[in-house]
Amino acid sequence: MTSEIEISSEHMFDRHLMVRDLGCIRSGMRIFSSVGFSLAPADALLVSGPNGAGKSSLLRVLGGLIEPADGSISFAPIQGAQVPVPEASHLIGHLEAIKPGLSLFENLAFWIGLLGDVSANQVRARAKLALTAVNLAHLIDRPARFLSAGQKRRLALSRLVASPRALWLLDEPTLGLDTNSQQGLARLLAAHRAQGGIVIVTSHQPIDLPGARTLDLGHSP
Amino acid sequence: MMRAIYALFRRDVMLAIRMGGGPSLGLGFYLIAGTLAAIGLGPEPNLLARAAPGLIWVLALLACLLSLDRLFQADFEDGALDLLVAAPSSLSALVLAKIAAHWVTTGLPLILGTPALALLFNLPFDALVMEMITLGIGTPALSLIGAIGAALTIGVRRGGLLLSLLVLPLYVPVLIFGVAAVDASASGMATGAHLSLLAASSLIALVLAPIASAAALKLHLS
Repeated sequence: MTSEIEISSEHMFDRHLMVRDLGCIRSGMRIFSSVGFSLAPADALLVSGPNGAGKSSLLRVLGGLIEPADGSISFAPIQGAQVPVPEASHLIGHLEAIKPGLSLFENLAFWIGLLGDVSANQVRARAKLALTAVNLAHLIDRPARFLSAGQKRRLALSRLVASPRALWLLDEPTLGLDTNSQQGLARLLAAHRAQGGIVIVTSHQPIDLPGARTLDLGHSP
Repeated sequence: MMRAIYALFRRDVMLAIRMGGGPSLGLGFYLIAGTLAAIGLGPEPNLLARAAPGLIWVLALLACLLSLDRLFQADFEDGALDLLVAAPSSLSALVLAKIAAHWVTTGLPLILGTPALALLFNLPFDALVMEMITLGIGTPALSLIGAIGAALTIGVRRGGLLLSLLVLPLYVPVLIFGVAAVDASASGMATGAHLSLLAASSLIALVLAPIASAAALKLHLS
């Protein structure tokens, strides 16, 4: 990944994320309860905890995939209207949602089209920018089935650049990445925070997030 | 919203064509099973023509089922379903885009392949036209109703079998009205009522299936 990418600077995010008393129940079992934190623009949160502590579930609740059992999530500027979190965030989980039969560009173009915040004639340029950010630009028209595990992960991460969104929810983003790519990811995270974006990361590996707050989900239930 | 729907429709059609298992598989099954049925019934032209309308419809139902179990399963397995659920567009609209792509890559080829079967079954031209009209009105309902079953059975091992059990009984009205229209036209009676009822089945499915499928998908992810 290169640090020279110019991430358009017109997007300055000013939203605060406030999470109060969040609880999650999945198939009758309580995963976590009374989780609360508040993050200002440019903040980062590192979620830790043993396997099964509910780190992924927390991100899925925040990303709107699971209804919280209790508590509230608010994502808004100091003065201004609420934004639904799913529409203002990227959730990158363990599954990369990559279709092996499509080229890297087609995969990205679909994601960009689905999220719908880039006009049609800019899709190619946007996809190029995103792939450059994760050092995959030279493979843009290759079928995704030839990608290695680490490259797939990088393609998934390129979604972060492809369509700018204020909140990044990353579940073990460094999994399968080599040292260079991990540093590249750290640079992407720094650039995002410099624009006022918020980052929430779960990771068992050390990840370079200067000044990140930590949330320990504690022992597994 | 329209862009998201188009992006999804395009991707699904592209995947169906490239990965195989889409148009060619369903159509191939339809034609081969039709040939076997014609051979099995024997060389009696009147019997063949008499059995054809119903047989062709049943084969279309089964051919449609072949690719249904992958409708949401693939997206569920690789995590793309998470993206669809979290996307800004409503999930029902996205589900409808997927169903439309399924119909274009499954139902439409079946309709276009029907003249070949008509030749085998010695089906008169008028009956063939009516068969194609009823398939045209009815196959969207097959994709729509099938999507509910596909959404309910994601994450189920060997879900395809369960899917058939769930969906085939729901296909009965479509089958009845479709065959009745072809039979009525063959015996020179009015077909308007049958066609209207067939269209009504498709329209009801059009309204209910995307909502029901989206609800089933959300249930699976939580």
